[in-house]
Amino acid sequence: MQETEERTAAIVARFAGVEGATLPILHAVQEAFGHVPRDSIPVIAAALNRTRAEIHGVVSFYHDFREEPAGRHHVRVCRAEACRAMGSDRIVAGFEAALGIPLGTTSADGAVTLEPVYCLGLCATAPAAMIDGKPVARLDEAAAARLAREIGR
Amino acid sequence: MTARLFVPADAAAIAVGADDVALELAAAAARIGRSVEIVRTGSRGAFFLEPLVEVETAAGRVGFGPVAAGDVESLVSEGLLDGIGARSLGLVEDIPFLKAQTRFTFSRSGVIDPASLDDYRAHGGGLGLARAAAMAPAAIVAAVSASGLRGRGGAGFPTGIKWKTVLDAPAPRKFVVANADEGDSGTFADRVLMEGDPFVIIEGMAIAGLATGASRGYLYIRSEYPHAIARMQAAVETARRAGWLGDAVAGTTHAFDIEIRVGAGAYVCGEETALIESIEGNRGEVRAKPPLPALKGLFGAPTVVNNLLSLAAVPFILAEGPEAYAAVGYGRSRGTMPVQIAGNVKRGGLYEVAFGITLGELVEEIGGGTATGRPVKAVQVGGPLGAYFPPSLFDTPFDYEAFAARDGLIGHGGIVVFDDTVQMDAMARFAFEFCALESCGKCTPCRIGSTRGRETLDAIIAGRDVSRNAALVEELCDIMRFGSLCALGGFTPYPVMSALRHFPRDFGLPETAAAKAAARETAA
Repeated sequence: MQETEERTAAIVARFAGVEGATLPILHAVQEAFGHVPRDSIPVIAAALNRTRAEIHGVVSFYHDFREEPAGRHHVRVCRAEACRAMGSDRIVAGFEAALGIPLGTTSADGAVTLEPVYCLGLCATAPAAMIDGKPVARLDEAAAARLAREIGR
Repeated sequence: MTARLFVPADAAAIAVGADDVALELAAAAARIGRSVEIVRTGSRGAFFLEPLVEVETAAGRVGFGPVAAGDVESLVSEGLLDGIGARSLGLVEDIPFLKAQTRFTFSRSGVIDPASLDDYRAHGGGLGLARAAAMAPAAIVAAVSASGLRGRGGAGFPTGIKWKTVLDAPAPRKFVVANADEGDSGTFADRVLMEGDPFVIIEGMAIAGLATGASRGYLYIRSEYPHAIARMQAAVETARRAGWLGDAVAGTTHAFDIEIRVGAGAYVCGEETALIESIEGNRGEVRAKPPLPALKGLFGAPTVVNNLLSLAAVPFILAEGPEAYAAVGYGRSRGTMPVQIAGNVKRGGLYEVAFGITLGELVEEIGGGTATGRPVKAVQVGGPLGAYFPPSLFDTPFDYEAFAARDGLIGHGGIVVFDDTVQMDAMARFAFEFCALESCGKCTPCRIGSTRGRETLDAIIAGRDVSRNAALVEELCDIMRFGSLCALGGFTPYPVMSALRHFPRDFGLPETAAAKAAARETAA
């Protein structure tokens, strides 16, 4: 707990002098910890002269910020219109079956998180997904199954 | 002789294997003892051809694509390194999809090395900024006004008027905000440009700084675009070293610098006041207007908030003159629009073209119809808040006013094509679902209306009290349209009502005359 606060303080210090630093700080904290730990919030609030409630409000507003760690691997399948037009329902089902977890959840062993995303800007090569930051497109069910195997569950 | 090859490092090209193709090309060349230089460009936007490999020849760049990593060995043995082979597409510039475009903003994307400012300059980059540096601010604003440029985020507000408002607002500091929170499904023009020609964005922002007296710019990029973020961060560093940004922009006495901000997965932050809140470090909640951001925007200062594409159009306008930009277009929509054709389409990609081209030409002729080969049933134009158009309305010209007259919008220029297997009641339900998911919660019509709308669509889909519930949806859409603070709640009725109006049978409702005509077109 002590360590979380110290590491958070070091991150916050990097943004001294940056106007409106809340989002950059939260991104950096999440990058360091994999999520925004509860114990980071008072440190951030104090540094920015804001209330804990305000910082919590920001964390909870944005889909990207998570209060619990994600899985070691992160699979995001696009569910927006262009990918729907190319059968993203089947891609979602393919990942769900291969990974053995429903969309929007993390596996019990913490290996993988499967989440929806609403547009990756890969709409002319739909359907698309992003796996650990790497974009993949023109997917079919077989590709989803292969990609799920590759992330090594 | 060293062969010079070009392989896109655009995220969509990488998503279909461009990195592996580049590796294979290097390996295949090495195996036959040929030296190669592989330039990683952005994409030209012809995504149906990606990964598109280009080879420099005496006649010009010759293309091959789409290339799979497994094809590389045989392509090289057939002569790819010399631009030869039965599978050659010929000169890239002559590919019909590319040749017929009017590329004002995207002239360099896919052509140049996006990491090289020298390459940018060698292809005409920087001329606009040099011109602007020698002009009075009011003259720059006048040029932008004369070009007829309108906001490419979707609202279509005249860019020159916005800039003039900020220029005329006395304040100790002002800001330029470039909106690259490109969340609309079916749009990717911002992404392609950031990855393929990042300096044109920096140039456009710097010109906006000179024109309005702003000394600081923020480029707000959505987090779903990691490749674009990395490319823009590197480009800003390079531009600083070259003196394009800093205390003396392009040799002037004007200071201007750019900070890149990364979104956090909130669609509503594409709305300008929510975006301002997000940069300030708050929940991305929409502000009531007035005050206009141009007078009281970021940190309370006068702020130009422009879509990235609006700003990127400005260097051309300054370099070639506003008349050259205004010379093409349709009605009050002057210049070009980078139209993005996506979804279930044979030839998907970015197509920059003068306003006035019809929706049908874009979908059928340029896009080539559906990828599945089935009839087109509907296209959604303008992102998740845009209307669904049936083929019976394909004569609509691409123009802000013409789309508004048919209860639609062009938005950021995205077209998503659906074949006849799409269920429009499910798409209407999704529009409400997405609105509920992304609503900032500030105004009631959007926050509550979206959820009630989804529930009512669920009832319709289940066949309960269909005509009564359809009337309820219509009434709800009226309230959302006129009672919401911003376009999220205000425009969600577009996809819902267009689906209901044009495809009543999908909702279990009796056919109307208009919908009958639409059905005949689909069958034809």
